[in-house]
Amino acid sequence: MQRGHLMLLLGTLPGALGILVGCATAPSDAETSAKATAMLKASFKESGQAKLDRLDQDETQKACSVGAGKAPPKDVVERIEKVNLATIQWPADGKFLGDWKNGEKIAQTGQGMQYSDDPKVPSGANCYACHQLAPAELSYGTIGPSLYQFGKARGYGVDIQKYVYGKVYNAEAYSACSNMPRFGHNRILTEQQIKDVVALLMDSASPVNK
Amino acid sequence: MRAVFPGVARCAAWVLALAAPVVFGQGSTVDEIAKYRAALQDGNPAELWEARGEDLWKKPRGPKSVSLEKCDLGLGAGLVKGAYAQLPKYFADADRVMDLETRLVWCMVQSQGYTEADAARNPFGGPNRKSDMEALVAYVAAEARGVKMNVALNHPKEQEAYRLGEKMFYFRGGPHDFACMTCHGDDNKRIRLQDLPNLTKPEGAQLAYTTWPAYRVSQGELRTFQWRLNDCFRQQRFPELVFASDASIALTMFLARNANGAAFNAPAIKR
Repeated sequence: MQRGHLMLLLGTLPGALGILVGCATAPSDAETSAKATAMLKASFKESGQAKLDRLDQDETQKACSVGAGKAPPKDVVERIEKVNLATIQWPADGKFLGDWKNGEKIAQTGQGMQYSDDPKVPSGANCYACHQLAPAELSYGTIGPSLYQFGKARGYGVDIQKYVYGKVYNAEAYSACSNMPRFGHNRILTEQQIKDVVALLMDSASPVNK
Repeated sequence: MRAVFPGVARCAAWVLALAAPVVFGQGSTVDEIAKYRAALQDGNPAELWEARGEDLWKKPRGPKSVSLEKCDLGLGAGLVKGAYAQLPKYFADADRVMDLETRLVWCMVQSQGYTEADAARNPFGGPNRKSDMEALVAYVAAEARGVKMNVALNHPKEQEAYRLGEKMFYFRGGPHDFACMTCHGDDNKRIRLQDLPNLTKPEGAQLAYTTWPAYRVSQGELRTFQWRLNDCFRQQRFPELVFASDASIALTMFLARNANGAAFNAPAIKR
């Protein structure tokens, strides 16, 4: 009986030592991540439409929360793209092109999803924050590539229309850890709004293609 | 005082000029904005906040009616000169890493007798709602102008705050999948026409951190670094960052430490 207790004690000793050693050295990356997540949850408060569940990361967000210049391993990248591709809901009518004039309005506005925004007003996509599109707009950002003459350079075919629809719907399906929001997947834009943005890039009459 | 207002009038003229139909090309748009920024440097209304902050620092206030002149900002009781350039840091009396705002709240509670809720009640001013905190921060920050950033990572809690702040910088979340890194992880990027410092590199962190707090012309307010972080997270579509929370201090620690070696140069003036 006593010996049994002793065995048990000895058995736990290496584990206890491991914990002690762990305390003396820098914590592991996983420990720091867990602690950072707990700290975040205690440091934010809900405000307007922005509730605390926005701090709950999905698989993609977690895998992409890596340091500057780093990317997840190849198998993780492939998995992210596969999982996200499966989320895309293609238009039931099989049409991808909406109205480029509405698309331009959606590209210009960044309203939506901030706690200071009115949730009843439709969201924009704020494309110009990161991309050059129509040449008349000089106030464009450079986080994403220039999309000026996007359709003209690639052709206006249905395959490319479909690609643009999918990319706007869920950019992670084509480029894991992209900086671009998943506008369809996260219900930022409606199906019709995405079609309108596709038209801004893919309608030959759009100023983007002039 | 007199120097302040011609500068404001001139920048108002620039705002009008920029609002007029733009007929020049992209390169010259950026040049014109650089000129606008240069014009702003002449006469900074932040001086008004600095002066009010100095009064608040020296005036007996709170239930105990004492001034903050015995407050230890890390260099010893009452020493203000250069204190901002070595914050955040670990304070043994509070057993916590603190940035300036958190430390001011601590001193207001400990020596002046305010409740913590009262001390932290109005961190960011608005129209007809002046913030004493913004004024105090402006005063203390101005007293570090020209001092080299020198944030230490000696205490284990300082090291931990830095590591947690770094994690937070890369944390993607919310409906837009944004992290700090989305906009501040690469060189030479812009949102619209706004240049974005790469905060993962010393040069970017130095440029950004040493120019906050700042008087924001578009808001008519002096804004602190706590405000800067709070408003970044609003635009990230996160919930609201709590003033003086652990996460706000950890992220400040990460950015302030990355700015080490550069001369502090605030309160600045920004669009």
